[in-house]
Amino acid sequence: MVGGRFDDVVLVRDEVTVLVDRDDLLGALAWLRTEPGLSFDFLSCVTATHWPEAEPAFWVVYELRSMAEKHRLRVKVGLSETDPHVPSVTPEYPTANWHERETFDFYGIVFDGHPGLTRILLPDDWEGHPLRKDEELGGVETWYHGARVPPTSAPVSSARRP
Amino acid sequence: MPVERIEGVHLGRTPEEVEEEVERGVLLSTMDRAVGWARKQSMWPATFGLACCAIEMMSTGAGQYDLSRWGMELFRASPRQADLMIVAGRVSQKMAPVLRRIYDQMPEPKWVISMGVCASAGGMFTNYAIVQGVDTIVPVDVYVPGCPPKPEMLMHGILILQHKVRTSETFR
Amino acid sequence: MIINMGPQHPSTHGVLRLLLELDGETIVTCEPIIGYLHTGIEKNTEYRTWMQGVTFVTRADYLSPFFNELGYCLGVERLLGIEAPPRAQAIRVLVCEMNRIASHLVYIATAGLELGAVSVMLYGFREREIIMDIFEAITGLRMNHAYIRIGGVVMDLPSDGPRKIRHMLDVLPGRIDEYETLLNDNPIWRERNEGVGRLTAEQALGLGVTGPVLRAAGVPADLRKDMPYSGYETYDFEVPTRTEADAYARYRVRIDEMRESLKIVAQALERLEDPPGPVMVDDPKVGWPSRLSVGPDGIGNDPEYLRHIMEESMEALIHHFKMVTQGVQVPAGEVYSVVESPRGELGFYIVSDGEHRPYRVKIRDPSFANLQSLPAMVEGGLIADSIAANASLDPVMGGVDR
Repeated sequence: MVGGRFDDVVLVRDEVTVLVDRDDLLGALAWLRTEPGLSFDFLSCVTATHWPEAEPAFWVVYELRSMAEKHRLRVKVGLSETDPHVPSVTPEYPTANWHERETFDFYGIVFDGHPGLTRILLPDDWEGHPLRKDEELGGVETWYHGARVPPTSAPVSSARRP
Repeated sequence: MPVERIEGVHLGRTPEEVEEEVERGVLLSTMDRAVGWARKQSMWPATFGLACCAIEMMSTGAGQYDLSRWGMELFRASPRQADLMIVAGRVSQKMAPVLRRIYDQMPEPKWVISMGVCASAGGMFTNYAIVQGVDTIVPVDVYVPGCPPKPEMLMHGILILQHKVRTSETFR
Repeated sequence: MIINMGPQHPSTHGVLRLLLELDGETIVTCEPIIGYLHTGIEKNTEYRTWMQGVTFVTRADYLSPFFNELGYCLGVERLLGIEAPPRAQAIRVLVCEMNRIASHLVYIATAGLELGAVSVMLYGFREREIIMDIFEAITGLRMNHAYIRIGGVVMDLPSDGPRKIRHMLDVLPGRIDEYETLLNDNPIWRERNEGVGRLTAEQALGLGVTGPVLRAAGVPADLRKDMPYSGYETYDFEVPTRTEADAYARYRVRIDEMRESLKIVAQALERLEDPPGPVMVDDPKVGWPSRLSVGPDGIGNDPEYLRHIMEESMEALIHHFKMVTQGVQVPAGEVYSVVESPRGELGFYIVSDGEHRPYRVKIRDPSFANLQSLPAMVEGGLIADSIAANASLDPVMGGVDR
């Protein structure tokens, strides 16, 4: 049913993921919400993942839930590192307000049309976007039983698409 | 003339200190002890519960592990009326200036207990977001480790602090 | 007049800062400012093994640590394609429902304290001590247990566990009756809570609110019934719902939920009386290698197992070493696993790229979404009502800021 409207639908482990283009995002969400039988009226969360050296570099993930039909759906939008802009879904789902602010805070993805895109969890004058893969974990150097434990700095693993 | 040190009476540790103390006179050392006793008997903690340790601090103040046995059940909301700050929980970078400000607003004499490993040393969160030990911001008197420390551990820390307060010298 | 409430404030449930614009005593606008407890848990899990992720994740929403662990472990188990053994699932349900009761007791205690009913706080924490005692007997810790692990639970119940749980089941219904007698028709409680913090169902759904707040607004949405996990479809319980959508309705919903949780605990305990089975999945590449048991000095490694790896088999020692230091290798993929925590929908969006460490663990915390609705509840009311509304929302700042 979902496959009729979208081209890129993945079904893995009983979870449906739909990949959409950035320009189609608002239309897709509106259709998913109003289509009888789907009625995704609840947005659980908005988040992102960063895949450096992959294309697209950012995936913005929207988790939808239907209270009436009791099922879930995931919508993903791919963004490139040089142009991390995506339209904000706050007009459709007001709950996205804080979720998008958090995603901006952690990744630097700009949500166009957001009513007030500022940092939410980190201090307002923080520099950098910590959850990106090229940012360090931080911490201080400690000494333990004569061994020096440096602050963690290595990024985790090479980028591979899930 | 060397003076024999009597435990519980003389505050000094070495024979020279004890002799000096006796020379100062009986009055001031008795005042020291009296003031120290009064201070430790009725400490008023300021509410600075941040995270999980705050719940254990509330449990310590509640019925089963009762803090009012030591005169501390009255957690003052205003730092101006408090003399003990129990930093209970992880201190994030955003919260650090607030912590320092509350500490500065407390009038002397004041003491700080750092409760839990997150407050003492950053805990398990050695990362960008947590201050690695509040002793980088405020002077700490007693560190209580644990994640979170059981109420009995916090009570032990408070008793250690009370001993420290009782035996500290105020008049010199 | 613009006034700042918090972050250090006795009544804001942790480090929440509210920027209030006031007109006399009435709130014109309210802006919650969060982030004072931001711990960087999500970034930290990317630098630890999958099993160590449990210890990080359990400290996010610190009043319901078992739910954090359960959501995370269910997600990783879904990525691995395994399921915990039935006895482990029953134990998980048992401890989770007891955690729900403990969390609701903290709600009653702090709501009472903030509205001035200090004795309610002492009663709430007194009941909570009974449950904390059981948790300490089962897991070794009162909070932040790291008991539910990938593939099952770490240890079976101790021998005196069922007896303590039965004692709790005897005592707690009477105590909840006490709360109802004290607060249900209490004129002060009703005055301060009825009509306060009203949030209709449309507002709640739009703002992403779940949990008792949504159920008090008339929407019977409970993930234990709608999308059951860990065997919840086999338990017999109701989902209490009310329609008034104010703070008093939320209080009643939580009291009723405590009673339903007691029913589930009794049913889970019955299942655990069957002959004991495994509590950790058998696959040696997944299950936590050490068989823990209560030794003569308290909790410790099973002496049989220690003898096996230290004296008998080199391969077993190497395997134990690899499992503890590197841990599970989870196939690449992404999953979103949800549980119904005491505050609402707690979700984990877990991404793996086939390594020994997570690639991304995103915690969708219910308090983060619920707190967004605070301005809608509070604007136009009095400051004192904002305290009552915030208490009825029951946010936990550890979950909000992570």
